Amino acid sequence: MPDLPLPLFPPGGDPGPSFVELLRRVAPDSLPVVHLPPGAGEVPVTHGTTVVAIRHVAGVVMAGDRRATAGMTIASRRIEKVFPADRHSGVAIAGAAGPAIEMVRLFQVQLAHYEKVEGEPLSLEGKANQLSQMVRANLPAAMQGLVVVPLFAGWDERRRRGRVFSFDALGGKYEEADFQASGSGGLHARNWIKASWSEDLGAPEAIDLAIRALFAAADEDAATGGPDLVRRIFPTVATIGPDGYRALATDEVAERAERLLTGPELGGRGA
Amino acid sequence: MTMPFYVSPEQVMKDRADYARKGIARGRSLVALECADGVLIVAENPSRTLNKISEVYDRIAFAGVGKYNEFQSLKIGGVRLADLKGYQYSREDVTANSLANAYAQTLGQVFTHEMKPYEVEILVAQVGAHPDEPNELFHILYDGTLMDEHGFTVLGGRAEAIAERLEADYRPEAPLAEALRLGASVLAEEGGEPLPAAQLEVALLDRSRPERAFRRIRGAELDELLRGG
Repeated sequence: MPDLPLPLFPPGGDPGPSFVELLRRVAPDSLPVVHLPPGAGEVPVTHGTTVVAIRHVAGVVMAGDRRATAGMTIASRRIEKVFPADRHSGVAIAGAAGPAIEMVRLFQVQLAHYEKVEGEPLSLEGKANQLSQMVRANLPAAMQGLVVVPLFAGWDERRRRGRVFSFDALGGKYEEADFQASGSGGLHARNWIKASWSEDLGAPEAIDLAIRALFAAADEDAATGGPDLVRRIFPTVATIGPDGYRALATDEVAERAERLLTGPELGGRGA
Repeated sequence: MTMPFYVSPEQVMKDRADYARKGIARGRSLVALECADGVLIVAENPSRTLNKISEVYDRIAFAGVGKYNEFQSLKIGGVRLADLKGYQYSREDVTANSLANAYAQTLGQVFTHEMKPYEVEILVAQVGAHPDEPNELFHILYDGTLMDEHGFTVLGGRAEAIAERLEADYRPEAPLAEALRLGASVLAEEGGEPLPAAQLEVALLDRSRPERAFRRIRGAELDELLRGG
C-alpha cells in the first residue's frame, strides 16, 4: 500500500492549526457526525451518566461514576467518563456515550494538533471554546436524542488557577465559579457538593468530596453506579494542577471510598 | 515557432542540486544523537522563537536546516499526516518510517517538477518505547534522497566536518549531559569553545516519558547540563 501523501495546501486553502478543518478538507467522512435518517425509530443508545468537576486551592478534581445504561439495562459497569484533554486539562462526558467518546478523541487530537502546528498550546479559554464548537456540531444528533453534555476543567497557566466549564446541548459554554456536575445524577451530586464546598478546600478534600457526591448521586439515581465492592469497581478520579493531569490509581480511590463511606452517607438508612 | 535550447537532463539536475546545496550551506548545522535517555537533537540557532526542532507525534520529532519557511511548511505537513493517520487508524500506526517516506516523495517531486527545489535537509527521529526497541533516524536531502542513520546524524552545510569530529567521541550509551556537551562542541568552530546556551536549540525525545516523548531543554536546565550537571 502506498503511503499517504504529505497534506500540503496552497495559501488560500490552508486549514491552519485546526485538525477539524483539516479533516473537513481531506477526509470529511471521518468527522464524527451522526445523522439518523428520519423515521429511523428508536435506536438503543448507551448513556453515560454522572460526572463532577470541583475547583480547589491547587487546581481542579474531575470524577465520574462507571455506569452506562441503555434504556433499563446496564450497558457497562466499567465505562470511563473522565479523560485527559491534554497535559493541563481534562474532559468528563455525560450523555450518549458513543458520540461523546468520539468527541473526546477528536478534541484530544485537536488540542495536540494546534500545539504542534503553532508551537505553543491554546489558552484554557481557547480549549473550552473548541469543545463548545464540537458540542454545537453535534446539534443534529442532539435533536434526535443523542445529546452530549461534557464538563471541561483545567489549570489555567496564565491565571494560575483551576477553572471549570460546563456546556449545554446547543454548545453554550458557561464558566462555573467553583464546581459543576452533569448527567442524570448531576443534580444530587451538585447539591451534595454545594453543602460542603468552601473557598479553602484542598486537593485531598476535593477528591473525597467528589467521591462522596457520586455516592450520593448513585443513592438517588438509578442510572448512576455506586462503588462496587464485590467487583472492585470505583469511580474514575483525576486531579489537574500546575504539574498537569493525573489519574488516580484504582487502589487509591478504593482506599478513600472505603474509608469515606462509613460517614454521613449512611445516614437515613431507612429511606 | 522558436526551438527551445537543449539542456541535458544531467545539467538540469546538477544545476538544481547546486542551487539547493548553496542555500543549505548558508544556514547553520544541526546534530541528532542517540544517547542513554533517548534521542537528543542539538541545533545551532540563536533565535528563541523560530524553531528548527519540533514535535510531530508521540515518539517522533522533526528537525530541519536551510530555508526556514520551507522546512516549516514541511513540518506542518508532517504533523498533519501523523495526526490524520493516528486519528483514522490508531496512535501505534504512526511511524517515523512512513513519515520519512512521505517526505522523500514530496521532496523528490518538488526537486524534479517545480521551478526551484527546496533548500532544506530534514530529519525524522523516533525514540523506541523501551530500551530494546531501537531508535530510528531518517535523514532526507533536498532531492528526496532518504538515508537511514544509526547512532548520530548531521544536517547542514558543514555536515562532513562535524560528522568526522562526532565520530571520534561519540558513545551511544552516553548520558544526556555528555551527549549535549558533545553536540555543543562539534557544532562550534574547530578548536573553538563549545557553543553557549544562547546559541543552541535543544530537544530530547525522552524514552522515559509516557505518551508524548518530546520535550525542549532550555533555560536553567540547559545551562546546568552544559556546565556538567
